Order: sequence, then structure tokens, then C-alpha cells
Amino acid sequence: MAKLKDTGVKLKPRKEIISLDAITAEELAARQAAAKTPSEKALIAASTISDAPIGGVAEDAKVIRLLSTPEGAHTEKIILNKAERKYSFSEYMAYQWHEMKKSGMCYAMLAPFMILFIIFTVVPVIMSLPMGFTSFDMASFPPKWVGFDNFYTLFLEDDVFTQAIRTTIIFAIFTGPLSYILSFFLAWLINELHPRLKTLFTLIFYAPSMAGNIYFVWQLIFSGDAYGYLNSFLNSLGFTTAAIQWLTNAQYILPCVIIVQLWVSMGAGFLAIRAGFQSIDPSMYEAGAIEGIRNRWQELIYITIPSMGPQLMFAAVMQIVASFTVDIVGRSLVGFPSTDYRAHTIMTHAFDYGWVRFEMGYASAICFLLFIAMLIANSVVRKILSRYLDN
Amino acid sequence: MAKKELKPSEIAAKQAADNAAALEALRARRAKEHAKMEKSKGSNKRVGKTWKNDIGIVIFLSLLGLFMVFPIYIAIITSIKPINELFIMPPKLYSIDPTFDNFEDLFIVANNSWVPFSRNVFNSFLVTVVSTGLHVVFACMASFILAKCRFPGSVLINKAVVIALLFNSTVTYIMQYIVMARLGMINTYAALVLPMIPQAMGLFLLIQSVGQIPDAMIEAAKVDGASLMRICWGIVMPNVKPALMTIIIFEFQAVWNYAGGSVVYDEALKTIPTVVQQIALAGLSRQGAIGASAVVLMIPPLVIFIAAQGQVMETMAHAGMKD
Repeated sequence: MAKLKDTGVKLKPRKEIISLDAITAEELAARQAAAKTPSEKALIAASTISDAPIGGVAEDAKVIRLLSTPEGAHTEKIILNKAERKYSFSEYMAYQWHEMKKSGMCYAMLAPFMILFIIFTVVPVIMSLPMGFTSFDMASFPPKWVGFDNFYTLFLEDDVFTQAIRTTIIFAIFTGPLSYILSFFLAWLINELHPRLKTLFTLIFYAPSMAGNIYFVWQLIFSGDAYGYLNSFLNSLGFTTAAIQWLTNAQYILPCVIIVQLWVSMGAGFLAIRAGFQSIDPSMYEAGAIEGIRNRWQELIYITIPSMGPQLMFAAVMQIVASFTVDIVGRSLVGFPSTDYRAHTIMTHAFDYGWVRFEMGYASAICFLLFIAMLIANSVVRKILSRYLDN
Repeated sequence: MAKKELKPSEIAAKQAADNAAALEALRARRAKEHAKMEKSKGSNKRVGKTWKNDIGIVIFLSLLGLFMVFPIYIAIITSIKPINELFIMPPKLYSIDPTFDNFEDLFIVANNSWVPFSRNVFNSFLVTVVSTGLHVVFACMASFILAKCRFPGSVLINKAVVIALLFNSTVTYIMQYIVMARLGMINTYAALVLPMIPQAMGLFLLIQSVGQIPDAMIEAAKVDGASLMRICWGIVMPNVKPALMTIIIFEFQAVWNYAGGSVVYDEALKTIPTVVQQIALAGLSRQGAIGASAVVLMIPPLVIFIAAQGQVMETMAHAGMKD
């Protein structure tokens, strides 16, 4: 209580002071028994006479504390839930400030990660908008303000960008939904097997994501001369008589890059779905069988999918990122720029302007649009999966 | 009923009991989860489950698996083919006379650049170890605070972390470069290490796992007078070892494969992937050495993943986003 007085915060209508004299061990136990939720129970158990800064009481509904002051011990109960919070703005700010001072240690422990996080993620993302309105080549400082010129050029004059959007959408369909569904079914199938086989297949499907940048192998496979594995295979079977230029013929570029993109797309999302299957309670299936579930499809739709919403959401986020940032596979495989800009995605476009032409303002504008597109995709997916997320 | 005052010693005893109970409950739940996982492996009798289905699944997965493994297999085969076999027409799927010449060749080629290859290897290990270490230490503290403490701004930061999963380094790379250039970090070790530390993915996974630890345990430790630091390292982290292992693996993979060619141009600072990229510029004529380097780069992440596979799966089970 003394502590709260220091801050000058008036919490009278919401504070209820009970003298500790009235509380005995039995009563405390009774209170605990009366507590409705386990966390509330934990809170009462956590009440302390040492007035340890509870910088993190994990419940914002009711805080009950036992304080010891020179006058004697007493309990104070502060009601903090939003419905009952009636204090004015200044009181609210004063209270927040008080809380912030109390949670100094929290901020201190958060600082190392958060400072780097702000420098390398938050600032770049936020800066990309103002940067997008400038013309900046890294050499002349400060950047020149050009208003909406970059966005105007992007949408109305830059034909390559228009094509890049089209290409990105094609890639996004394959590496997004298709790969997502594929991960799900693979995980489902793998889950049916013996544990040894499970481990083996998980490793096999995840291995490409770990192997990283071995795109040169795909160049060997798709090589345009008869040394290429694919060409020599097709030749030996008699399907073709001449070598096909897989990576330079505009007709074949897109399928080739999509195949490699799919190959590399079983990443953390796939692992999350796999783990999600593993953590479903088998008794659910038994119950389902009693309730009249006839076959595996019904089981999948009525039991499995609803109980792994969170994992599905995580995997979806991973796929959104992967599908919107398709770039490096195309560039490593078919070169940059590719024939007729066939493998030229939005990300490749940003790379082009950022790293080749050093038009950072223009590149930032592209990146900013990409951020927006990803946020929209994220919220759409969240809407679709929302009914599975609350359990 | 005799009314007696609740003495500090009694409360402390009660807390100790609670603490033990909470730990016991956590252990029991772990054991139950483990048993559940064990049970769900293998022989779960369920609707429409027959051994015929299983064989069908194995055949189907094996076919797809072949497609997944084939390029990796080619990389390994290429790395052990002697030079005359690399150019056989038509290309063979096996090596007649396997040799380690390509690995030697890789070493010689790499040594012929400005600095000895050992320097690049050292750089790779230095950068990987330092950023993985700092990532884990920082993420541990941050995840504990974000998962278990409420303070002004905590909800906002938690939301920011989830959204940041969308903005991985691929997209923010250009803007990151500008920031690094303004901070004068280009062409220093800092450019390779610092941006790799605040990976949202590792923090997110850890927050989810720490969230599984009962609040009562932490509150009890607070009552016992433990500082937040002590709770974090003494109580929380030992209970999320699988998650720690997982984020170490993810971070290791990310840093190990990161080719920082555009932020570091001094040969003495380059890591293995960058050097490999340079060697790869020689194209197909040096495919043996490229294959060898691919194998060398591939081995550490693979080995670590295989060793910790079970722990990764356990962590990923908690990876869900509930909102």
C-alpha cells in the first residue's frame, strides 16, 4: 500500500483492503478453494508478505497481494480488469509508469534481444515506406524525396514488374497452397507408419531444406546438353531425340523452377504439422469411432484438422513467407535475368533494383508492397483457420 | 477453529510444498505426453487401418522420397567421381572408381585464393558459434519475460514477434543493408553475426514452449525470493531443453548456410558458403569440387538434426499459433 501511495495513483474505488489479522491459514485455504480458475488459485498461493515486485502476474483480472508494512501485514486486492477500470487517462498513465518502474528487470532482460530485433527487423520494415518515396542510390545522402513517383512507375510504366506480379502469383499458388496441402498429406501419411519409418521419412522430406544451396545439382539434372541427367534419361527411353534446353527455353523455365521450389519447400511448417499429428490424443479417435466415424476421411475432417489449428496456422505463416519471397531458386537455377523474365518474381525485381542498379528507393517501394501483400495474406489465412484456433 | 496468524515460515513451507507439487505435476504431464506420443506411434488400432494400407503408403512415400533424395544423392556421387567420370556420356548414377580427389581439389582451389581456406573455415565456425550462442542466450531471457510476465508493452511486443515471423531476412535484406551501412558495420564480423541473432522464429518457438510451464511454479519461485534472472536460468530453461535444442538447430542451419557475400567483401572475413559460391562461379567444369563443397556444407546440419530429431518434434508440437 505504501508503494502505491508513492506513485500518487488513486485506486480507491477499485482497491479493497483487508487486514491480515482476519486471515488465517484455513481462510487462505478456503479462498483458494473458492477460486474459480487454476491461475487465480496460483495467484492466491503466490500472495506474499515480502512485497516482491510481481512484475509479471500473469492474470489481469484480479491481483491479490499480501503486504507487510511497519503497521502490520494486510492484504490488498486490486481489481484491474478492463470492465472495472474507471480511472482517468492521467491516472492510467501514472499507473503504467509505476508498473514500468516496477518491471525494470523485465525490460533489462528483454533488452539484448529487442535492441537487435528493432535494429534489424523493425526499423528496416518501417523504414521501407518512407524510403519508397525517395530516390536513393546509397552514395548521395540524404535521399531525394520524389513523392509517389516510384509507385506510379511501378504500376503504370514498369512492364517487368507487372509480369513479376504474374510470375509471383503462379509461384505462390504452387509453393503456397499446393505445397501446404502436400505437407499436410505427407505428414498425415507418415503419421500412419511405424516409428522407425516415421523418423526416416521425416528426415527424407526435411533434408532438402537443410541441404540448402545445392542448386548446382539441379543444373546438372536439367542441363541443356546430353550430359544432363534428365535429357539422357529421356533420350535413353526414346521419348526425345534431341536435348531439351530446360533452363533457357522460356517454355520450360517455369515448370523447372516450380519443381525445385516444391523440392525445397518442406521446411519448418512441415515439421510443425508432423508434430501436430503426433500430439493428438489417440483417445479422440477411439471416441470418434464410437460416435460413428466410418472412415479415415471423416476422421481427418472431424477430428484431426480441428485439433491441430495452431500448428496449421504456424505452417501457413511459413508457407506465406516462402511463397511470397520466391527468388533465390530461380536466380540460381536459370540465371539472372532469366529468358524473357520468365522466372522474374517481385523479390527478384527488388534484388535487381537493390543490388544491381542501386536504386534503393525503388527497391524499398517494391519491398513495402510485398510486406503489405504478406500481411493481407496472413490475415486472410487467419480468417480461414480462425474456427480451429480457439480450442 | 483456532485463529492463528499466518507466519512467514508457514507460508514459506506452503510455498515449498506448492513448488514441489507444481514440478511434480509438470513431470507427470511430461510423462503422460511422452506416453501418449509413444502410444500414437505404431500400433494404434483405428478405423480402417490395415497393413495393406500401410504398404501402399510406404510405396507412395518412397517414390516421393526418391524425388526428394535424388538431388542430394547426385551431389554426393558427383563429389566422389574422378574427373574422367564426371564427363561420361550418358551420365552415370554411380561412381565406377570412387575417389576423394575432389575434396583435395576443393581444398587446393580454396587455398589458392587470397587467404588460406582454413581461415574461411575458422570464420564459419566463429560466426556460427557466436551468433548461435548469443541468439540462444538472448532468446531465453526474452522468451521467459514475454511468455510469463505482464508489463506495459508486453502484449504489443508479443504481437510484433508473431508478425515478424512474416518478415524474414529475405525480404528485409535490402533495408537491413542500408541500416548496416549507416551504422558502419559493412565488412566487419558484426555484419555477419549481429543480424542473425534476433531471429523471430527461435524466439517464437521458445515463447510457445515456456508458455507450457505452469505459472504456479514461477510464482512459487518468486515467493522464495528468486530474482527473475535466477528463475529464468534455474527453473524455466532446464524445463524447456527440447525447445533449446530445436532453436539451436534452426539457428545453426540459418547461420551456417548464410552466404554473406554482399555485406563482407574482405577475403579474410568470408565464410565457407561465400567461398563455395565463388568456386561455383567456375561452372560445370568444376562440378567435382562444387559437389565436394556441397557435401562438406551439408554434413553438420544433417548430423545435428538426426541427433536431435525427437526433441525437435516435441518442440514443434507446441509451435502452434493460437492468436
